[in-house]
Amino acid sequence: MEPVQLLSPDGTFTPDPAWPLEVTPQLCRDFYRRMVLARRFDDEALALQRQGELGLWLQSRGQEAAQVGSILALRDTDYVFPSYREQAAALCRGLTPAELLVQWRGNALSGWDPARYRFHIYTLVLAAQLPHATGYAMGVQRDGTDEIVAVYFGDGASSEGEANEAFNWAAAAGVPLLFFCQNNHWAISTPTHIQMRAPLHQRARGFGLDAHVVDGNDVLAVHAVTRAVAEQIRAGGGPALIEAVTYRMAGHSTSDDPTRYRTASELDSWQARDPIARLESLMVAQGWIDEELRAQIARESDALAEETRRVCREFGPVDMTGMFSAVLAQQSPLLAEERRRHEALVVSYAD
Amino acid sequence: MPELTLSKAINTGLRRALEDDPKVIVMGQDVGGLGGVFRVTDGLQKDFGSDRVIDTPLAEASIVGTAIGLALRGYRPICEIQFDGFVYPAFSQIVSQLAKLRARTNGLLSVPVVIRIPVGGGIGAVEHHSESNEAYFAHTAGLRVVCCSDPHDAHWMLRMAARGADPVIFYEPKRRYWSKADVAESADDARVLPLDRARVVRPGRDLTLLTYGGMVATCLEAAEIAAEEGRDLEVVDLRSLSPLDLDTITASVDRTGRCVVVHEAPTFAGLGAEVGSAVTERCFYRLEAPVLRVGGYNTPYPPAKVEDQYLPDADRVLDAVDRAFAW
Repeated sequence: MEPVQLLSPDGTFTPDPAWPLEVTPQLCRDFYRRMVLARRFDDEALALQRQGELGLWLQSRGQEAAQVGSILALRDTDYVFPSYREQAAALCRGLTPAELLVQWRGNALSGWDPARYRFHIYTLVLAAQLPHATGYAMGVQRDGTDEIVAVYFGDGASSEGEANEAFNWAAAAGVPLLFFCQNNHWAISTPTHIQMRAPLHQRARGFGLDAHVVDGNDVLAVHAVTRAVAEQIRAGGGPALIEAVTYRMAGHSTSDDPTRYRTASELDSWQARDPIARLESLMVAQGWIDEELRAQIARESDALAEETRRVCREFGPVDMTGMFSAVLAQQSPLLAEERRRHEALVVSYAD
Repeated sequence: MPELTLSKAINTGLRRALEDDPKVIVMGQDVGGLGGVFRVTDGLQKDFGSDRVIDTPLAEASIVGTAIGLALRGYRPICEIQFDGFVYPAFSQIVSQLAKLRARTNGLLSVPVVIRIPVGGGIGAVEHHSESNEAYFAHTAGLRVVCCSDPHDAHWMLRMAARGADPVIFYEPKRRYWSKADVAESADDARVLPLDRARVVRPGRDLTLLTYGGMVATCLEAAEIAAEEGRDLEVVDLRSLSPLDLDTITASVDRTGRCVVVHEAPTFAGLGAEVGSAVTERCFYRLEAPVLRVGGYNTPYPPAKVEDQYLPDADRVLDAVDRAFAW
C-alpha cells in the first residue's frame, strides 16, 4: 500500500478524490508559518541544550508536517495524548516555550496543565499513553459527547505490548480514538525493519482498526487524511490508525550520535523530501508567498527564538520542598516528617 | 447489616460505591456475567449495566492503563486483577504512571483508581495464585496500599478507597473470602476507621503482634493459645501498609515492650523489615527484645501440598513469641 500523497517532493500538487482538500493560499500559509515556527523553536531549544541551558532535548526536525497537519485536523476540544517530541503539535495548541522547556531544563517533571490545552503531559515510557488514551476514549464514549481522542506515538513504541493491547482493546470496545503513528524510521539506533516485519498499518487492520498510511512529510496529505478519518471516528465509525511515514532528521535526543548508525546519503535523501521546503515550492509556484510574508514570518520566528532563550534563562531555582506535598492528595505522616527533616537540613547548611 | 462473608462484604461495598457515585466503574477480567472468579462482583453487571461493570480483555497492563485514562476523564475506576501473581504485567502502569501522575503534575492531575487484588495463599492454588507482593507497591511513592482482614473492614475500607483522591492498591486475603462477620451499617459506627489507621484487634500487655490480611486471624489464634500459657498478646491489624500508622504501632509497642511482625510475604526486604526498623527507631528504650519477624521463606511460593510448611501458622508465631520472651 502506497502512502497517500497530494504534494510531491518537488511541490507538485495532485488532488486525490478519495481525500478531498480545498487547498487555499490561506491554508498553505497557515501550515507553512506553523511549521517554520516549530522548526525555529526546535533549533533554538537544541542550541540551548548545547549551551548547557537544557539537560536534554528531543528534536522534532523533519516531523513538522506530520504533527501540524494532523493536530490541525482535530477540534481544539479533542483531547490529545502526545509522546515526547510533539513540539510542533503542542505549539499549534497554544503551549508556550516556557511550558515546553521547563521539563528539559530539569526544573519540573511536566510542563503544562493538560486540561487547559486539551493536551496531555509528555509520556516518556514508550506506549504507556496508548492505554491511557483508550481509557479516556472509553470515558468519552460513556459521556456521549462528539469529542474524539488522539494519541501520538512512534514506530519504536509500536513494538511495546501496551501499544498492541491498546489497538486490540480500542477496536474491541469501539472507542472514538485516533492512533497517530509517526514512523520516523529510527527508534534511537534501531531501524524499522528490525522492529517489525509487517508494516504497522497492515498490522493495525488485523486488530480490526481502520488503517491508513500517509506521506508524513506532505502536510496537505496528512491534513486531508487525518481530517477525513477524524470525522469518520466522530461519526461513530470506531477507532482508526494513521501511519505517517516521515523521518527523524536529527538524533533521537541531544545525547545521541546518529552518524554511528546511519549514512549521510540516507539523510540527504530525506532532506530532499523536507516537509517545509516542499510546501514552500508549491507556494512559490502558485505565487502564494512573497517577500512581505517571508519577512513577517521571519520576524515572528525571531521573536519566538528570543522568547525561547529568555524564558529558559529566567527559570528560577527549584528545591525539593514542593515534591513532598504533591505525592498524595493528603500528605502522609512519613512525607510530613521527611519534609521537616529536609527543611531542617537546609536551614543547618545556611550556617 | 447481617453477617456477611468477606467476599459478600466487598460485593456490597462495590454496590454502594456504584450507587453513591455515577462515575464509579468496576472493571476487570470476568467481573461481569460470571461475577468474578471469587464472585466478589456477583450481580453487579446485571444491576448496573455493562457500561459500568466492564468485562475487559485479558490484558492487565491495559486494565490499569485504561483505568488511568478513565480517571483522567473524571471517572473512578475500581479494577480487579484476578490473582496476585497476575499483576506484574501491569507493574509499569502502576509504578511509573498511576503512582506518579499527581507528583509529575504537581497536583494538577488526580487519578483515583482502586486496584483490587486477591492476595496470599492458603487455598491450595496452583503457582502464581498465592503470592504476597505488597512490598513492591508499598515501596512506591504515590500509592496507598491497604489490606483488609475481616468483612467489616473490607466493606468500609473499599468504600473509602472508592471515595478518596489517591490511587489505592486494595488487597483482599483470598483465604478469608468465606469468613463471616457483622458489618457496620453506617459510617458513623465507631468501628469504621479511616483508611490509613491501624486497629488494635486484641488488646494485650506482654507483646505486640503486628500483622495484616490473612495473618490477622492466625495471630488471634496464636494469642488465644498464648493466653492459656499466661501470656497476654496484643494483636494490631496494620490495615494500611502505606502509609503506615506508626502512632498506633508505637503506642502498642511502648506499652508491651516486645514486638513480632507477621506476614505471609517473604521476610527478606518485606514490609516487616520496614516496620521493624521503624519500631526500633521509635521504641528503642522500651524494647525488651529485638523486633522479630515471621513470614514466608526466601523461595518462590511452593506447590499447594507444601504451602502449610511455608505459610506462617500459630505455631510459628508462638515460636517467635517464645524467642522474644527468652531474649
